[in-house]
Amino acid sequence: MDTRDGFDERLRKARERQGLDRGTSRQGALPGAAAIGFRAGVEVVSALIVGVGIGWLLDRWLGTFPWLFLVFFLIGGAAGVLNVYRLFNPRTRPGAPPDAGAEAGSKDGSRTGGGRGQDD
Amino acid sequence: MAAEGKTIDALSQFELAPALGPIGASVNFTQSNLFMLIAAGLILALMHYGMRPAAVVPGRLQALAETFHEFARNLVVEQVGPEGRRFFPFVFTLFMFILFGNMLGLLPFAFTFTSHIAVTFTLAMIVFVLITVVAVSLHGKKFLGYFFPEGAPIWLAPIIIPVEIVSYLSRPVSLSIRLFANMVAGHVMLKVFATFVVLLGGLGAVGPFIAVLPLAVNVALVGFEVLVAFLQAYVFAILTCIYLHDAVHLH
Repeated sequence: MDTRDGFDERLRKARERQGLDRGTSRQGALPGAAAIGFRAGVEVVSALIVGVGIGWLLDRWLGTFPWLFLVFFLIGGAAGVLNVYRLFNPRTRPGAPPDAGAEAGSKDGSRTGGGRGQDD
Repeated sequence: MAAEGKTIDALSQFELAPALGPIGASVNFTQSNLFMLIAAGLILALMHYGMRPAAVVPGRLQALAETFHEFARNLVVEQVGPEGRRFFPFVFTLFMFILFGNMLGLLPFAFTFTSHIAVTFTLAMIVFVLITVVAVSLHGKKFLGYFFPEGAPIWLAPIIIPVEIVSYLSRPVSLSIRLFANMVAGHVMLKVFATFVVLLGGLGAVGPFIAVLPLAVNVALVGFEVLVAFLQAYVFAILTCIYLHDAVHLH
């Protein structure tokens, strides 16, 4: 295995010379950013759909057309912002069970610990 | 179908048509239902024939079945906690059904049933009803406290409570839109570039050479769509687990 001595170092230098590392890191960052942007957009849009839907239905029921629609449009927008906020800061609560507090990490899956020790 | 009349017809692939001849037509059995049955059958076949040898050193099919099983179990246990293991069958079924639906849709002549909002919203509503029932049955009246965080000033309640309720109700909507939009966007892109190949290919002598470009894009897109198909099934399952965690621990 002496041919591998210094191989990683030479590969790193060669990649640096060719500017490959920067390219790969940019490519690696792009889908992540796009995915996060897409998720945030979906959260806002779906909260707006629910808010507008509730407002429109209440208006049709009570016959107060634009007003509840407008109110729930704003509420839907606020809920959308809240959803996006929760996307990055999952909520924790003082009264939560102790194991849940340790588990509450990032919302998109980097939550570790907790029940892991329970595997057979 | 792609290049009829020299136009790009990217959406007709999502149209429902009766399957199984006159019998299917009379009961509105569409190709979407057919592919749901195929997906369910394939999952059952994989689990049955994969696990039948039950060898200590697994063969190929058994390794595949065990990988899926372990993947979903780790997902549930890590996200919900050890007490969430009773939800494993639910999450596993959901994950496999969506994964097979997405993957089957990538095969030629196949129909992607997860590209219909009716299907994804139904799946999301099943999740939504389950998390609500679990939260209410485990916590009873304390579930209502979910909509008003402790320690918030009481005069903010008229603002916070509707916002929290709308935020909670938007969960199934965002869950279903995410899956549906990803599937539709991917298949529309595939169809558009495939149409480019056909249209450019008929462009005289240079046509076939230019048509190689959209063909190359399509090859890359198919690979990307395989990734998206898996990723969206994973995202659906992990969000289900996160919601279940919220329902079980209520915070």
